[in-house]
Amino acid sequence: MTVPVRQFDAVIVGAGGAGMRAAIELAEAGLSVAVLSKVFPTRSHTVAAQGGIGASLGNMSDDNWLWHMYDTIKGSDWLGDQDAIEYMCRMAPQVVYELEHFGMPFDRNADGTIYQRPFGGHSANFGERPVQRACAAADRTGHALLHTLYQRNVRERTQFFVEWMALDLVRDAEGAVLGVVAMEMETGDVYVLQAKATIFATGGAGRIFAASTNAFINTGDGLGMTARAGLPLEDMEFWQFHPTGVAGAGVLITEGVRGEGGILLNCNGERFMERYAPNLKDLASRDIVSRSMDQEIKEGRGCGPHKDYVLLKLDHLGPDVIMKRLPSIREIAIKFANADPIKEPIPVVPTIHYMMGGIPTNIHGQVVAPRHGDPGVVVEGLYAVGECACVSVHGANRLGTNSLLDLLVFGRAAGDFIVSRNLAALAHKALPPDAGDASLARLARLDAATSGERVADVGNELRRTMQSHCGVFRNEALLAEGVAKVMELEDRVARSAIDDKSRTFNTARVEALELDNLIEVAKATIVSALARHESRGAQARSDYPNRDDVHWLKHTLWYREGNRLDYKPVHLTPLSVESFPPKARTY
Amino acid sequence: MRFRIYRYDPEKDAKPRLQEYDIALDPHDRMLLDALIRLKATDDSLAFRRSCREGVCGSDAMNINGKNGLACITNLKNLKEPVDLRPLPGLPVIRDLIVDMSQFFKQYHSVRPYLVNDTPPPERERLQSPAAREQLDGLYECILCACCSTACPSFWWNPDKFVGPAGLLQAYRFIADSRDHDVNQRLDNLEDPYRLFRCHTIMNCVDVCPKNLNPTLAIEKIKDLMVKRTV
Repeated sequence: MTVPVRQFDAVIVGAGGAGMRAAIELAEAGLSVAVLSKVFPTRSHTVAAQGGIGASLGNMSDDNWLWHMYDTIKGSDWLGDQDAIEYMCRMAPQVVYELEHFGMPFDRNADGTIYQRPFGGHSANFGERPVQRACAAADRTGHALLHTLYQRNVRERTQFFVEWMALDLVRDAEGAVLGVVAMEMETGDVYVLQAKATIFATGGAGRIFAASTNAFINTGDGLGMTARAGLPLEDMEFWQFHPTGVAGAGVLITEGVRGEGGILLNCNGERFMERYAPNLKDLASRDIVSRSMDQEIKEGRGCGPHKDYVLLKLDHLGPDVIMKRLPSIREIAIKFANADPIKEPIPVVPTIHYMMGGIPTNIHGQVVAPRHGDPGVVVEGLYAVGECACVSVHGANRLGTNSLLDLLVFGRAAGDFIVSRNLAALAHKALPPDAGDASLARLARLDAATSGERVADVGNELRRTMQSHCGVFRNEALLAEGVAKVMELEDRVARSAIDDKSRTFNTARVEALELDNLIEVAKATIVSALARHESRGAQARSDYPNRDDVHWLKHTLWYREGNRLDYKPVHLTPLSVESFPPKARTY
Repeated sequence: MRFRIYRYDPEKDAKPRLQEYDIALDPHDRMLLDALIRLKATDDSLAFRRSCREGVCGSDAMNINGKNGLACITNLKNLKEPVDLRPLPGLPVIRDLIVDMSQFFKQYHSVRPYLVNDTPPPERERLQSPAAREQLDGLYECILCACCSTACPSFWWNPDKFVGPAGLLQAYRFIADSRDHDVNQRLDNLEDPYRLFRCHTIMNCVDVCPKNLNPTLAIEKIKDLMVKRTV
């Protein structure tokens, strides 16, 4: 069977912050670019980011990119690559100013500069005191950012393929990536989109868990495609629990609430973070706050009839601050928790929020995989940026506000790097004769399957399994049982079926194709978590409670074939400054 | 809970039909979207858009008991049964609750929704006073869900000529931005019997906006500016 082919200099998969930031560079340079998105660009999940973008502008008090770098490395529990972290923190002010020049409606200080708020783990002078580093547009920073980037792309006349889903990578015999196979959702038509550069900006995959702040679209499509193409995924055991998801609903409540002065209370009305993090208290890094909350709940000091959440109190900030700085939080709390935070606290629980791991890349966004003993060999033609990538700036735990920064810095970096390669002058490589066959086979299976378990049921079971076997606290027995269950679920995914056989906007088919990606992400996560015998950042093993730098100061690489694991060293040498050697992590 | 849902698959249906469903809800199902997802788990052929499930992405706009809104922030408790669900009015239906939004976005794009300032940018941020920034409140928060424009009779009649409340709200968002240098051209772009002046202040847009924004007010402000520059 032949699949129609369309050719572009570059194809970007995903129109969130990272994809659209990269697109601006490529479109400005006059390259022919196709940006694919499962949803209209401004519906991408970047839209849900609330608190801010970290950058050492120093608008509120002295700040320095080196302090930001230190906070990021410490936040990462020393698993982050220090060269990439230096690059990101040094670039931060520039990308924020650019965003402002694009029209971003940042909040302002009296002197007209961008308003910055305190955030978890942000400190001045290497941990000495909190610093206001999070550049904010009320509590809608992600929304404002995503719309601003879309607007800039409208100006640059970027070509969007809206409601298109990428299905699989196309690679040639040498392993070079030549584009993607993609489906137009409205018609069900399948195409090969051939490109000299393919950029994955597909975002996170929080929908492998039952309770998640993530949107429904966050199904790890880029990771699934990468894994099926035989390439590794890095550090997948590290998933961030955001301390403050609305209990029961999972909807995010920004850390900016605590940045503005909100505090966490247990059932005794105690501000318990003072015990766990005497210096930064409620603004310790997210892994620490989430574990502390879980500990309080486990020891019977949770709130409510089942003692299964804690309270986020902010009424003492006063209605003016809440209405001006946190208006959407108030809306969310009223709608999803029946609580008006001007008067009463919000019930919150740690909730899956962010994937620190992803597709391994270098600081140009080029995807890398080990070959002949070199862990950093470039996969020709393939790039990854944003949450789907692991560059690795977040290591074992991401600092709040560094996700939006990551999108801007590495979206731009990959775009610039691709522009420097002068793609317009290069010829397209020949497509392999079987390009598209694997995707067509997946679609044909769904068309043919007349009986089988429902996709929704298998997906829900996968989410429940990951939630109960790969949560805040992990141990060998729990994880091993989880691995067995997930492997069994893999077979069930392969046999699942849908009733809807229509070609027109078949959302059941989209969900089935997404499940193929979710299962890869879930396997990578739980297999990597079982193997890592230490606690570091977001990976908390009750059977290995300490960080073990002797054996585990290294990145995990998971391969789909045979569930194989490999490891590679952490880059402890920054680009230009002295290394920050690992030390004990207290806040 | 009882639902009556607009169904149309062009591959199977000669014309749209209404399908009745009884959905056994879980006590945790809070919003209309929760019910739709529960329904889709038993009838996977029902097509609707959804993503963030918290009212910020704008995907799941639909006509709910006769009024446009977002399924994810519409509390089930407030709905009368049977809950009547239809696609947003006035736009071509692709399938079930999914409409073709091309015309809506075309109008949004027509207002040049991006900052225009051709002076060389400074090394740092362009300064803007808090008071000037406040002018953007109530404007930049739009999520492009199209609840407003598809509730507007003027837009129903002239979707190709009238920009509609969402597009005009965004037109004003840039007119109101102290950093934008293009006010005159922006007004020229709207000076036309249809593009702006088809708004007859019916105010359906204000009534349905799930983010509590006020496109009518923005439209009035644009009209004021038009008048001011002619006198």
